[in-house]
Amino acid sequence: MDILNPSKGKCGAEAAAQPEPARLDLETVRERLREKRGNELWRSLDDLAGTPEFQDFLHREFPRFASEAPEEMTKTDGVSRRRFLQLTSASLALAGLTGCTKQPNEAIIPYVKQPEYIVPGRPLFFATTLTHGGYARGVLAESHMGRPTKIEGNPDHPASLGATDVFDQAAVLTLYDPERSQSIVHNGRIGTWGAFVGEAGARLRALEALGGEGVRILTGTITSPTMAAQLQDLLARFPNARWHQWEPAGSHHGRAAAQAAFGQPLETRYDFGAARVVLALDSDVLTRGPGNVRYQRDFARTRRVRKDNLQMSRLYAVESVPTNTGTLADHRLPLPAPEVEVFALALAQALGVVSGGGAGAGDVLADARAKRWLPVIAADLKANAGAALVVADEYASPATQVLVHAINQALGNTGRTVFHTAPVEVIPANGADQVESMRQLVADMNAGRVELLLMLGGVNPLYTAPADLGFTQALQKVDLRVHHGLYEDETSEYCHWHIPAAHELESWGDARSFDGTVSLMQPLIDPLYSGRTAIEILAVLFANRADATSYEVVRDHWKTLLVGDFEAAWKKALHDGLIADIPATQLPPAGASMAGGAAQAAASAMVRSLQQVRQHPGMVTLRLRPDPMVGDGSLAPNPWLQELPKPMTKLTWDNALTVGPAMAERLKLVHEDMAEVTWNGRKVKAAVWVLPGQAEGTAELTLGYGRRRAGRATGLGFDAYPLRTTQALWNLPGAEIRPLGERYSFASTQNHHALESGAEEIPLAGNEAERRELIRTGTLEELRRHPDFIQEEREKPAPDETLYPPVEYKGHAWGMAIDLNVCTGCSSCMIACQAENNIPVVGKEQVLRGREMHWIRVDRYYSGDMDDPRIHNQPVPCMQCENAPCEVVCPVAATSHSDEGLNDMVYNRCVGTRYCSNNCPYKVRRFNFLRYSDRDTPVLALLQNPDVTVRMRGVMEKCTYCVQRIEQAKIESKVENRPIPANRLQTACQQACPTEAIVFGDINDPRWEVTKWKADPLNYGLLEELNTRPRTTYLAKISNPNPALEAEHGDH
Amino acid sequence: MQIFHRSTNTIAKVSIFGAVFFIAFFAWIFSTLLRSSYATGQGIVRNQPIPFSHVHHVAGMGIDCRYCHSSVETSSFAGMPPTETCMNCHRQIWTNADMLEPVRSSFATGVPIQWQRVHDLPDFVYFNHSVHVAKGIGCASCHGQVDRMPLLYQEASLQMEWCLSCHRDPGRFVRPKEEVFNLNWQPPADPQEAQALRAKLVKDYKIQSLTSCSTCHR
Repeated sequence: MDILNPSKGKCGAEAAAQPEPARLDLETVRERLREKRGNELWRSLDDLAGTPEFQDFLHREFPRFASEAPEEMTKTDGVSRRRFLQLTSASLALAGLTGCTKQPNEAIIPYVKQPEYIVPGRPLFFATTLTHGGYARGVLAESHMGRPTKIEGNPDHPASLGATDVFDQAAVLTLYDPERSQSIVHNGRIGTWGAFVGEAGARLRALEALGGEGVRILTGTITSPTMAAQLQDLLARFPNARWHQWEPAGSHHGRAAAQAAFGQPLETRYDFGAARVVLALDSDVLTRGPGNVRYQRDFARTRRVRKDNLQMSRLYAVESVPTNTGTLADHRLPLPAPEVEVFALALAQALGVVSGGGAGAGDVLADARAKRWLPVIAADLKANAGAALVVADEYASPATQVLVHAINQALGNTGRTVFHTAPVEVIPANGADQVESMRQLVADMNAGRVELLLMLGGVNPLYTAPADLGFTQALQKVDLRVHHGLYEDETSEYCHWHIPAAHELESWGDARSFDGTVSLMQPLIDPLYSGRTAIEILAVLFANRADATSYEVVRDHWKTLLVGDFEAAWKKALHDGLIADIPATQLPPAGASMAGGAAQAAASAMVRSLQQVRQHPGMVTLRLRPDPMVGDGSLAPNPWLQELPKPMTKLTWDNALTVGPAMAERLKLVHEDMAEVTWNGRKVKAAVWVLPGQAEGTAELTLGYGRRRAGRATGLGFDAYPLRTTQALWNLPGAEIRPLGERYSFASTQNHHALESGAEEIPLAGNEAERRELIRTGTLEELRRHPDFIQEEREKPAPDETLYPPVEYKGHAWGMAIDLNVCTGCSSCMIACQAENNIPVVGKEQVLRGREMHWIRVDRYYSGDMDDPRIHNQPVPCMQCENAPCEVVCPVAATSHSDEGLNDMVYNRCVGTRYCSNNCPYKVRRFNFLRYSDRDTPVLALLQNPDVTVRMRGVMEKCTYCVQRIEQAKIESKVENRPIPANRLQTACQQACPTEAIVFGDINDPRWEVTKWKADPLNYGLLEELNTRPRTTYLAKISNPNPALEAEHGDH
Repeated sequence: MQIFHRSTNTIAKVSIFGAVFFIAFFAWIFSTLLRSSYATGQGIVRNQPIPFSHVHHVAGMGIDCRYCHSSVETSSFAGMPPTETCMNCHRQIWTNADMLEPVRSSFATGVPIQWQRVHDLPDFVYFNHSVHVAKGIGCASCHGQVDRMPLLYQEASLQMEWCLSCHRDPGRFVRPKEEVFNLNWQPPADPQEAQALRAKLVKDYKIQSLTSCSTCHR
C-alpha cells in the first residue's frame, strides 16, 4: 500500500458497503446530558447520544469491520473475510515457510575518506533554524551519517528552549517527500538552470536601463537579515522594481493595529512568566503564532502546582471557538465572535481606558453572563496591574487590538508582560500592509506594467490571494512568470518557469524569531531534488554572482557584522544556532507610547460596528483561521500533519465547518452533513462539524484545505479561500449557512480508543458500583485546604491483590508522569513520537476504521453542558503496567516484562493474535493491519530512525518509553563507567513538549524529577482500580477560579 | 455389518503411533536446518572485492583491531576502515600489487569499496560493540581467532540461543579489559584460578545478566 498517497482511499465505496450511520440528533443529546451528573466526562456528541458507533468504539478493541479483509478484496468482487480465509488456507502452510527464508547478503560500504566527527552508529546534532510564516525557531537536527531523521528544539534558542511545535517535527518528512518538485519546469517541460538564468538574466539586463521597471518580486513574510540586505541592494540597483509580500496567515491586523496605536509598525511580544492574571480574548496565543512554544513554556511555569508551591496564575478565556488556550482557562466564557470584541470594548470602558466607563461599563454587552463577569475580571486585572496580561490574537480586528494595547498600557503591563519592539519582519519600502501590497501588484499586472514576476519561497497566490483581487487573470498578463517553491502547485501551473526550492534543512540562510533573535540556518544534507534557495536566485539574477552559493552570500553578509574574530564568531554562531553576542539581534523594547486618541478612535469605530451587529440578531460570523495542522495550506502535502488529529475536532485529513450545538439546532445543520456558506455572494460548500463549546452565532472554517494542485493533498477538505477577500480576511460577519442534506464522511479520532469513563456505572461483584475517574480535577482552594483530596479519592488496590508474585525492581525502574494542569493539547508529543519511532501514516480510509498508529494520543474530554463545557486534554501513552494485562494473554510471549519494569514488545516474536490489545484497558496498542510502512520508496528509507525497527504487517506495536534512548543512555553510562545523570534521559514526547507536561525517568532514584512528581499529592493513575499498577501516572488538573465567579461554575 | 476391514484397526494404530514419529522427524529436520550453516552463515567465506587476510595484517604485522575498526569502543558499530586507512600503508608498500587495484582505484575515483558483510544480525537486533568491549568481552569471544583466518568467516552461529548462552551466564567469557583486543589470550589454566578471575571481573566490571527483550530488540 502506498502510504503516502492515502487520498486514493476508498471512502466512497467504504461508506456504501457499511450501513450508513444514523444522523446525530442534538435534541436527544440534550436530553441525555440532563441525566448526567455534574462533572461526568464525555468524549464527543456521539458519546452523549450513545450512538451504536460510539458503543462499538467503547466496548470493542476496534470497530466492527475493522478486522475485515483488505478492502481491495472486499471491494472488487465481494469476497468476505471468511471466503478470503478459505481461499488462502491452502497456501497458508507454504506462506508460513516464508519466515524461514535466508537473510539476504548485505554489503558494508565504508567511506573513502571518513569525514571528521562522524562515528558510524552515533548521531550528530546540528543547530539550525526552521521558519514558519517567516519567523524562526532554533532547532537541533539529528543526523545519522548525513541524513537528518529528527528535529529537536534548541535549548539555547529563546523561541524554543528545547521544545518544538508540530510543524518543526514534521519538517523532516517534507524534506524527503518524494512528491516535492524535482526538476526545473519550463512551460510544462523539464528545463535547465542555465536556460532559466539565461532567459531571466536577459530580460533583467533589458529592464536594467529602465531602472528595473516592470520587475516585481513576490515573497512571503521575510525576517532574514541576509535577504533583507539582498533586497535592499537589488532595489538600489533597480529603483523601479517593486518587492511585494503576501503571507496569507500573517499578522495583517496586527500590523494595522500597531500602525493605528503607535503610528509605526511595531511587533508585540509577551512575557507570560511575569503574568499572574491573563485574559485571552478569542486568542489561541499559547499554541499559535511565532512565539507559541516559548509562551507555552513560560505560562506553564506559572501553573505548576506542587505540594511545596501552591501558587498559580489565573487564566480567563473569552472566546467564540474553543482553543487550546481555552482548555487551560480557569474561567472560559463562550461569546459570539463580535461579542468578544465588544467585551474588549467594555473592558476598556470599565478600566477607564476609553470613555463610556463608570457605572455604565458593561452596558454595551448583550450577554448576561458577560455582564456579570466583566467587573470581576476588570477588578482582578486591576488588582494585578503590572502583572496582568490581556491578549487578543493577530486575527482580531485592528480596533480590538488597539484597545488591548491601550488596556495593557493603562494597567502598566507594557514593559512588564507586554513588549512592543521594532518589527522583526523586513518591511518593504512600499509599506507594511501586505493586502495593499497585493492590491498594487494586481493593479500593476492588470495595467500591463509587470514584465517579470518572481514568486519566491513557495508563495502560492493562485490559491491564497484574496478572492476579490482576481490574481489569476491578472497574472496571465505578465510576460515572464517565475515560481520558486518546494512543490509544484496551483501557481506554478500558470508560470513559465518553476524552480524547485531547497528545503530549509538543505539550505544556508538566517532568520529572526518572534523576539528578534537571529539564528543561522545550515544544511544537513545536499539538496535531494536539486533545489535552490531564494537567496541563491536573488544573488544570481540581481547581483551578477553567477556561481554564488547561499553559503557565500550568508557568510559575506555576516562578515561585516560579526564583531571580533570573524571565523571564531561564525563558528560559534553556527554551533550555537544563534547569533547572540552582537548588538541588535534580540530586539529591545521600543518604548513606544500609544498615539493620543488612538484608543478612543478604535472605541468609536467599534461602537459604530456594534450598532450594526445589534441590528441583526441571529447574524452568523464566519471565522477563517489557519488550520492548526496545515496552516495556510502550504503544509497540506505533509502526511504526518494530515493524520495528526486537530486538537479540538480530532479530525484527520479534512477541515470542517465547525458550528456550536445551539446554532446547529437553530440553522438545522446536521453533524457531518454538507452545508453551503454564502458571504457577499461568494459560496463555498463544506461539511458541518458540531463542536461543543463553540458560541452561538459563530462558525469557523480553517484555511489550507481544498487544494487544487498539491499532490496527495489535492481535493482533501474544503477550500475557504474563495470566501476570503480584502474586505474581511479573518472574520466574515453576516455569513449565511444553509444545510444541503448530503452526508460526508469525516475521519475523526475522538471516539477511537475510548475508555470507560465516569459516565459509565460499572457493576462489580457484590453489586458495588464504581466510578472511574479518568481526569481528576480540583481547585487551588481545595488543594490548599485539603492537600490530600486526590489521594483520598484514589482507589488503589493493595499490592497483594494479585495472584502473581511481587516483583522487586532493584536497578532502574522507568516511569512517567504527565501534568494535566499544563497540557495544552498541542499534539507536539504525538508527532515527535511518530518521527522518533518510525510510526507510519495509514490514510483517511484506515483512520475511519480506527487503525491510526500513533503510540501516544491526546484524548480530549468534555464535562458539563455542551454549549459551555469544560475541556480537558489527556495524553495517553502506554502505561507500562506492572501487572500488565497484555502480557498474560500473549500466546507466544511477544510482550513481556523487562527487569526495569518496561512492558517490552518484541516484533519478531509477534504473530498478530491481537489478544494483547483486546486485553488492554487503556487501548494503547496498535496493530499493523496492512503494510503501512512504505518500503518501496527508496528516499523514505533515509527518514527512518535506525535505532527503531520498522514494523511489518501483522505485528502489534505500542509505546516503548523510547527504549532505544534508554538503552543508549545505559550503554553510554556503562562505557563511561558512571551512572546515568538524573533528568538527562528524555523520551521523544517529553523532549518536544512545550509546557514540560511530561517527565520520564528512574522512579527508584529520588534525584529524578519524575520521582518527585509521583510523590506529589496530585499524582494518580488511570484506571488504577483495575490493579494494573501503571508506571505512567497523571497529576490532577487544578484550576484557580476567581472566588467572585465561582458560583458561575457550580459543579465544575 | 462391518464397514471397515479388520486391518483398519492396525492401520489406525500404526498411523497414530507413526504420526508422533512423523512430527518429531519434521521437527528434527526443521531445527537442524535452522542451525545449519546454510541458515546461519556460520563458517562460510564470502567473496570479497579484495581477498583481505587478517592472518597477514593481524598476526603477521601485529596491527591492532582498533586501527581499522576504530569505533568499536565508542559506538554500536565497530567501524569499517575508509579506503584512506588502507592507503596509509599501501601508498608506501605493495603499491603496484594487482590484488590492491580496487583499493587504489577507490581512492582515486572516490567510489567506496563494497565489502560483503560477514557478521550480519537481523535488522530487529540491536547489538552494541562498545558496551561489550567496555565490559571485558574479547573480540575473539564472538569473532573467533581472526588472526588465524586468511579469509574471514563467521565463527559463531549468531543465533539468539548463542547470544543468550552468554547473557544468561556473562561470566563465562569475561577477560581483563586490557586483554580484550588480544586474540590469543587464554584464561588461567587452573580451573579454580580461572573461576576466581571470572568472579572478580564480573564484580569489578559490574556485569549484569541482561535477558530482557528490549536489551536487544527495540
